[in-house]
Amino acid sequence: MSKKESFVQGVRDGVPIGLGYFAVSFSLGILAKNIGLTPLQAAVMSLLNNASAGEYMGLTMIAAGASYWEMAFATLVTNARYLLMSCAMSQRMDPAMGLRHRFFMAFDITDELFGITIARPGYLDPWYMYGAMVPSIPGWMIGTALGTLAGSLLPLRVVSAFSVALYGMFIAIFIPPARKDKVIAALVALAFLTSWAFSWLPVVSDLSDGTRTIILTVLLAGGAAALFPRREEEEQQG
Amino acid sequence: MKIYLYILVMAGVSYLIRALPVTVFRKPIKSRFIRSFLYYVPYATLAVMTFPAILEATQSRISGGVALVVGLLAAWFGADLFKTAVTCCAVVFLLELFL
Repeated sequence: MSKKESFVQGVRDGVPIGLGYFAVSFSLGILAKNIGLTPLQAAVMSLLNNASAGEYMGLTMIAAGASYWEMAFATLVTNARYLLMSCAMSQRMDPAMGLRHRFFMAFDITDELFGITIARPGYLDPWYMYGAMVPSIPGWMIGTALGTLAGSLLPLRVVSAFSVALYGMFIAIFIPPARKDKVIAALVALAFLTSWAFSWLPVVSDLSDGTRTIILTVLLAGGAAALFPRREEEEQQG
Repeated sequence: MKIYLYILVMAGVSYLIRALPVTVFRKPIKSRFIRSFLYYVPYATLAVMTFPAILEATQSRISGGVALVVGLLAAWFGADLFKTAVTCCAVVFLLELFL
């Protein structure tokens, strides 16, 4: 396949992703607005981050007046899955592929673009991934900016409805693997339970949302990794 | 200005996380514990962030709760990212017509 054909195919596959991003990032924009970001700030945030959970976490850290170190650590923990995806992608790249492609591809490693790029056989095709970025990046950025702008114009009921889009997306990420893997199902159930408990227990409920999320993530994922380490062949499927 | 600094910190960390492995670690990570930990992290984080926060995101806790249950069911029965998100929104919108 030529560079151009790969690119065109990528654009085509990226359109539904971009539309989905537009709808979901709208609710991120509403949250950004509530925290006091301008539409431009929200757009810059989404252009540079391309991360739903990571941006959501970042906004809660801004709202909490966290330090820059806390922000860096929270971003690291929330986006840690991209580290894993990037590791997986590194194993599928042509060893001869130069650094420039690697730097550009890394910019938009998201759940969805990682998924469609790595699903193709053979070495990863940078031009296919660039094509998929064409609808995805603006969809995510414009959706966030419009959410920030229009969030205040829309009736409260509509804003309320949009606000759950992000949670819906989170649910759609953790439920399919939980259905196949009992450990993940138990992990999710335990996460709900401990997160709820942390919201009212003395001492911990005084911590910020972001800090509580980091503590629980490290404890839960660390516990799962210690008790149920994954075998290589499982990782191939996962 | 402070917000732009926050955004830059976020963006810098996000980019490093994505760029370091593909540019530096060209061999697989050996530690089974770290591999497993990284594998479980997204599910733990996303689940922790979803509940109980979804109850506070809506006008009424009831609509948030119902959206959670319907979203869980929709995703369980195979709805993708976009469909699950839209379903949750629709549930809240419809319920809050009455609540």
